[in-house]
Amino acid sequence: MKARVTVTLKSGVLDPQGKAIEGALKSLGIEGVTSVRQGKVFDIEVAATDRVGVEAALKAAADRLLANTVVENYRVEVLG
Amino acid sequence: MKTAVLVFPGINRERDMARAIKLVSGHEPTMVWHAETALPAGTDLVVLPGGFSYGDYLRCGAIAARAPVMDAVRAYAAGGGLVLGVCNGFQILCESGLLPGVLMRNARLRFICRDVHLRVERSDTPFTRGYNAGQVIRVPVAHGEGNYTADAETLTRLEGEGRVLYRYCAADGSVGDVSNLNGAAASIAGIINDKGNVLGMMPHPENHVETIMGCTDGRGLFAGLFAHFDRAA
Repeated sequence: MKARVTVTLKSGVLDPQGKAIEGALKSLGIEGVTSVRQGKVFDIEVAATDRVGVEAALKAAADRLLANTVVENYRVEVLG
Repeated sequence: MKTAVLVFPGINRERDMARAIKLVSGHEPTMVWHAETALPAGTDLVVLPGGFSYGDYLRCGAIAARAPVMDAVRAYAAGGGLVLGVCNGFQILCESGLLPGVLMRNARLRFICRDVHLRVERSDTPFTRGYNAGQVIRVPVAHGEGNYTADAETLTRLEGEGRVLYRYCAADGSVGDVSNLNGAAASIAGIINDKGNVLGMMPHPENHVETIMGCTDGRGLFAGLFAHFDRAA
């Protein structure tokens, strides 16, 4: 079973890397970009077929390691 | 006086730290590998040195914070044992939940490697008794992720409880945006936990302990710690 955990910075947390990327996009002349926030994506394969169980396991994984919940939010998607 | 210096893959300041401890205390520390599940019996001080554990992958300090030895460090700290984390060691302590907050990428994105001034905010802790309150010391920093951040409530509590021990400052001791090299909240360079037995700091006092290094301002931190043990013993 494939799943994806997306980790993003909480709003209000300074994201210097996002700011640098935003500046680079503007210097490339890409129009209309008002803000960039950088995050992380984890594509995870799990040897299980129980959707609910996989989701719970990956939430635990995100809480314990993949995200630092002091400054980050995460989202778990089971892709099937 | 028994010091344990933890060694994680990718750590590179452990020998500087061991040398400084030997120089100031006269005792050779024990190097403890991350896969160990216990600290040496009778350990008086645990030190998490600087470097780049696990290449700073995922987040700085995140993987080291989940290493087997950290359960032993958590139990040791809960029992009142003294723990010092420098640079990556500070990041590991935050990631492991032994200290609040997190170290983010430097606000101006640069890796900073140079001497900085620090103001010692209190002298009545084991980690600062080698200095006077308000004293300005000069020590090096070398980090890309030293921008200390915590939620507003945590920051208020840290300040209210006097848990900020070291703050980035100018040579005259004044604190402001110019001397706050990495953008840390309230210019925080080092904090202790609520029980006062765990210190994390970004600068490297172990690299200013001999005249050949050009400065010995870092000695006070180690001298103060070892004086604390001498008195306790």
